[in-house]
Amino acid sequence: MLKSLLFLATFLAASSCVASAQASVRVEPTNLQGPRSLPEETGRAAIRDYLQSWQSLNAAFEQNRASLLDPAFVGIAKDKLTETIQQQAALGIRTHYTDRAHDIQIVFFSPEGLSIELLDTVNYDVEFIDNNGVKTTQHVSARFLIIVTPAELRWRVRVFQAEPE
Amino acid sequence: MRVRLTFLFGVLAAAIAQMSLAQDARMQLPTTVEAGSAFSIPSVGNGQATLYIVGLGQVLKRSVKLGETAFFPAGSLISAGHYLVVLAGTSATQNGSFDVVSAHEPANLSFLAKPSRLPVGLHGGITGAVYVFDDYHNLISAPTPVSFELANPSSTVQKQSVVTRNGAAWAVMDSTAHQGIDKFVARVGDVYSTRVVAQVPGDPCGLKMTAQLIGQQVRLVTDPVRDCSGNAVPDGTVVTFTENYNGAQSTVDEPLKNGVAEVELSAHNGAAFSVASGIVMGNQIRWEK
Repeated sequence: MLKSLLFLATFLAASSCVASAQASVRVEPTNLQGPRSLPEETGRAAIRDYLQSWQSLNAAFEQNRASLLDPAFVGIAKDKLTETIQQQAALGIRTHYTDRAHDIQIVFFSPEGLSIELLDTVNYDVEFIDNNGVKTTQHVSARFLIIVTPAELRWRVRVFQAEPE
Repeated sequence: MRVRLTFLFGVLAAAIAQMSLAQDARMQLPTTVEAGSAFSIPSVGNGQATLYIVGLGQVLKRSVKLGETAFFPAGSLISAGHYLVVLAGTSATQNGSFDVVSAHEPANLSFLAKPSRLPVGLHGGITGAVYVFDDYHNLISAPTPVSFELANPSSTVQKQSVVTRNGAAWAVMDSTAHQGIDKFVARVGDVYSTRVVAQVPGDPCGLKMTAQLIGQQVRLVTDPVRDCSGNAVPDGTVVTFTENYNGAQSTVDEPLKNGVAEVELSAHNGAAFSVASGIVMGNQIRWEK
């Protein structure tokens, strides 16, 4: 328990520099399944890189530029988000995603060390803008399943999926 | 003054009426839609409107006639996630949301097995992790039974059944006593994924040599080198022969050929010969004429 709190405190101190400026971040004690223990440094890095991915996502969707996803997303997640951005651009739509709060828990570290699964209850705002002038904003609270995998320099998001809370 | 007040009240009343109309005209949205399945969104009112369904996984835009139901055939929304729904008419915009959830039927497995090559007889030496996806590459988070099977052609099959948590399952297996190519299979219903794991012999076990005088030399020959499970250690594995005589030491490294290693060293009376491979020591022979 003490270890978890220490992890949380350390992470929050570190994340204040790297996470999105507005979002508050809470990291729940790790509830791992799997035979392999997760080094604290690895968990911190995975969460830090995942939080940064929200900034890439927001920029990419706001500007309809899928290339902005490249540093943070890979595989299925990148393919799906890229396709959505292309659909937005084709339909004359832009969206602005602003994450307000994260409640994150690491739930799986695969035995070979090549993937980490996170659960994140995210509070975020979606601003929807159509070129025809329709504009609306909605506040959303959703639970995300995230799988991150290691790349050369950072963890990248491979699965990014919201599901009912 | 009276005209102004009347106008102000009129505007206020119109605004309130508009707001109540928007409240009454709330969209009837499904709470959840299974990925790939058909769904419909009824609307109320009159006139033309544009219906937007916006998520991180897909965006749809469609012209609709208010008062009618918009039908979306199977395959319209396939990406799981939270979707914002906006119905923009000429006089009002209505908002709502719903979730698209992964299909129940597994269709794809992401299966990672490690290592691809390992020595025989290693307890807990092989691990496998699987993520279960539907036909649209959505992670299926509902608990799903997964069976893991590790089969070696010359030994029994190891099986484990695991139920996924948050779409993931894992298993740990032992490498068997027999070298060979194992098939490591993860299966969910009819869907399966196979990985190959090569089991190679372990370190030599019971390394033993014999000595024979050949002219002025002693020929040292190992018995066929095997691991502790009886598997032949592969040719090329280096065996080190050492001769200690009168405070001097001579060492020769020889690779295994046809399962054995041999060398000829000087036949000094009182010399001590030893054999080793890696960290495994074999027997010693003291040479007396």
